[in-house]
Amino acid sequence: MKLSRTLAVAGRVLTQLRRDHRTLAMLLLLPCLLISLLWWMFDAVDPGIFSRLGPAFLAIFPFFVMFLVTSVTTLRERTSGTLERLLAMPMGKLDLVLGYALAFGAVAVVQSLLAVGLSVGLLGLEVVGPLWLLSLVAVVDAVLGTVLGLFVSAFARTEFQAVQFIPAVVVPQLLLCGLLVPRDLLPTVLKVISDVLPLSYAVDAMLHLTRSATTTEVWLDLAVVGGFVVGGLALGAATLRRRTA
Amino acid sequence: MMNNAVSATDLHVVRSGREVLRGIDLTLARGEVTGLLGPSGCGKTTLMRTLVGVQGGVSGTVTVLDARAGAAELRSRIGYVTQAASVYDDLSVTENLTFFARILGVGPDRVAECLALVDLADQDSQLVSTLSGGQRSRVSLAVALLGTPELLILDEPTVGLDPVLREQLWASFHRLAEAGAAVLVSSHVMDEAERCDRLLLMREGRILADGTPAAIKEQAGTDDIEHAFLALVRRAA
Repeated sequence: MKLSRTLAVAGRVLTQLRRDHRTLAMLLLLPCLLISLLWWMFDAVDPGIFSRLGPAFLAIFPFFVMFLVTSVTTLRERTSGTLERLLAMPMGKLDLVLGYALAFGAVAVVQSLLAVGLSVGLLGLEVVGPLWLLSLVAVVDAVLGTVLGLFVSAFARTEFQAVQFIPAVVVPQLLLCGLLVPRDLLPTVLKVISDVLPLSYAVDAMLHLTRSATTTEVWLDLAVVGGFVVGGLALGAATLRRRTA
Repeated sequence: MMNNAVSATDLHVVRSGREVLRGIDLTLARGEVTGLLGPSGCGKTTLMRTLVGVQGGVSGTVTVLDARAGAAELRSRIGYVTQAASVYDDLSVTENLTFFARILGVGPDRVAECLALVDLADQDSQLVSTLSGGQRSRVSLAVALLGTPELLILDEPTVGLDPVLREQLWASFHRLAEAGAAVLVSSHVMDEAERCDRLLLMREGRILADGTPAAIKEQAGTDDIEHAFLALVRRAA
């Protein structure tokens, strides 16, 4: 492992993103727009609903957007031949994956701060727990999306196939994360499935922060999500093959 | 055999059930430009990928620069240019080279040298997506030259280039060889043959002939390589 190579990859990915204004806008602004839409919609019916659901969406939107962009971007690296070229060079597999995670992680920090700032500052989302911890959970969720996107891109051969992973990987997590039905009320089998999906813990952490000032539970949830991030990075690196047919 | 950069014996490659290389023995000498000629689909790319160490499904022994093909220590010593330009379209020429230079651990002055070598110094700040096909493949070539490789493997590097530039590139391949590198260049165009120190004629996963252009023509009793190829195919049948 070599830090200079990780930084070279991260710098390169960020330069590419800077050139691609539409993707950058989608990464930074789309979660804000979607949360505003949610607020607008519920504000007319019952403002209390936004305060209940908003935190969950602060976990979900960044996760979703980062998953989509990362899986397609890394797939482009695979199909353009540059991945093969890099792996034929003195490039560590983990260095490469970490470089990607670092670049998208940096974007995730900006994205999450914007989304949290908007929700709490302008849209009146009420948070009982510490605000910085809410932001941290949002950032870790976005990084989780990045890492899962990196991982699944190994199983897609085209960008078309990569996009198909959204309904397969993201939507079940969305349904079972406690947003629609509280996790405690889920049928046993679904509860078990929900327990092994990382987004459940991210949403748990967010919901807890809006209701309580204690942080122990949040740190535990965050540790689980962090575990998935580390595991995803390792698996992502393991899917890279220097020799191919 | 200090002089050999590559030696391979009884090389077989199976790709999705099909035998693409069917028992190849070859050596590549340092200081020589070797041409790998043969029709499309004869296994040139697979052979090159095997020498670089990125091909799966290989049996037989391949020794490259005194190590097993694909060994980690070789990764900074081999330059490989794939047929499709493997560079980032959305980065400029210099940004591409600077990135790969950082991966290889070579300095920025080498970037300028390699740009000059492929005659792209004037396009250095242009995005690769705005370049012509020939210019893109030269960016890809420049990346392969960054690490001053001891073995340079080029898959059809001169396809689609104008004659003047082709001439220049062949001259630079020979300069690299004179500096001690082994250079393997593939082509499906037989008229590039005369530019090589040595030729490997390939067909259907086997080496049909191996020698200097003059020796191969003499062996086949013809006065150009295209006819020599045809004569050798007929003789082998």
